[in-house]
Amino acid sequence: MIWVVDNLDLIGRLTVEHLRQSALPILLGLLLSIPLGWLAFRFRLTRGLMLTVVGLLYTIPSLALFALLPPLLGISFLSEINLVIALTIYAVAIMTRFVADALASVEPHVRQAADAVGYGAWRRFWQVDLPLAGPVVLAGLRVTAVSTISLCTVGILIGIDNLGYLFTNGYQRQIVAEILAGVVAVVVIALVIDRLLVVLGRALMPWAGKGA
Amino acid sequence: MDLFSEAIAWIFSPDTQSGSLPLSEAIATHLAFTVVSVLIAAAIAVPAGWLVGHTGRGREIAVGLSGAARAVPSFGLVLLLVLVFGVTHKVGASTTAFVLLAIPPILAGAYSGVEAVERRIVDGARAVGMTSSQVLGKVEIPLGLPLLIGGLRSATLQVVATVTLAGYVGSWGLGFYIVQGIQIRDFAQILGAALVIVVLAVLLDLLFALAERAVVPRGVRAGRDGR
Repeated sequence: MIWVVDNLDLIGRLTVEHLRQSALPILLGLLLSIPLGWLAFRFRLTRGLMLTVVGLLYTIPSLALFALLPPLLGISFLSEINLVIALTIYAVAIMTRFVADALASVEPHVRQAADAVGYGAWRRFWQVDLPLAGPVVLAGLRVTAVSTISLCTVGILIGIDNLGYLFTNGYQRQIVAEILAGVVAVVVIALVIDRLLVVLGRALMPWAGKGA
Repeated sequence: MDLFSEAIAWIFSPDTQSGSLPLSEAIATHLAFTVVSVLIAAAIAVPAGWLVGHTGRGREIAVGLSGAARAVPSFGLVLLLVLVFGVTHKVGASTTAFVLLAIPPILAGAYSGVEAVERRIVDGARAVGMTSSQVLGKVEIPLGLPLLIGGLRSATLQVVATVTLAGYVGSWGLGFYIVQGIQIRDFAQILGAALVIVVLAVLLDLLFALAERAVVPRGVRAGRDGR
């Protein structure tokens, strides 16, 4: 406890860094997964392809992915961009499946009704399909946000400072309280962001049931 | 020579097979940690999950646990337990961390598999005179197997990734090559080890994908569409 009180400013600074590094992958994961999820939902051929690719990407352990990206993309191994791209890949891998399932959860009658009253495919997607798929997309976004925030800590192994710094520094200096503070801080901010997304979802999607 | 060919060369180099940590030994240790941890976790979580799914009791706890577990940073948990257990008990501490991380997905797979069995089917089984334990053993468990295997699959991938991270605390497993490679700036070794890890993870995943299909009862498979 004393360690935590003495180092509140360090924890605060690392938390801000941590949130900054996690935000972009979560956001990109949502944006990229909407077209990819639609492809997986719409055509049988692209469905198998998409779901196989995202399944494989999700299978790659984080430390191995950090090692694979630099030679493939010509970026530096020990760089924040490496971490951000890796986290974005995982976010897209989680979200694409959720978006595909979310679009599939929209009742076919509703789609037919929208067609019948004259919606074009494009307008129907944005005004009917996507809003009705919203609650399931939100569920996916919550999973993505929590796992991105938790996974971000691995960045410390490639030299990126965030709450993961408390793990390696605490381990080297043998301070249990420091590692514990890091673990608790990560869990707390992940759960806070999760609740924020629920509240945001209620405000933006008043049509969703209580379960969302 | 580009980095990928250097990495492949590293994998097949005689030095890699006979150094302080031979590659075959690292793969074997990596697999052993994974299999042992998932088996221990399954021994705890599978019966518990079946009971939760069958009785409906403790469901809130199981759902909350598997949700909250995603927030726990696996790397931090390993380092924390190694410090708490003491550095002389690294193997026990790391294994405990792997088991703790594997329990929630297996628990979720076990209870959701049993819970997802249609009410009508369970009622039908009762109506033909099955006892509660027969309903569980002959109906709910077999029908829930694909979801259980799915849970074991996520748990295994989670553990394979975390054993990799545990290369930071000990000179074991495939992750050690990456951690060491970062220190000595040997990018061929880093990439070589990463490629071996990816192959290992993908093969394990494939194994579970096949198992997931194999455990679907024939009658159920016939009734399904192509989805």
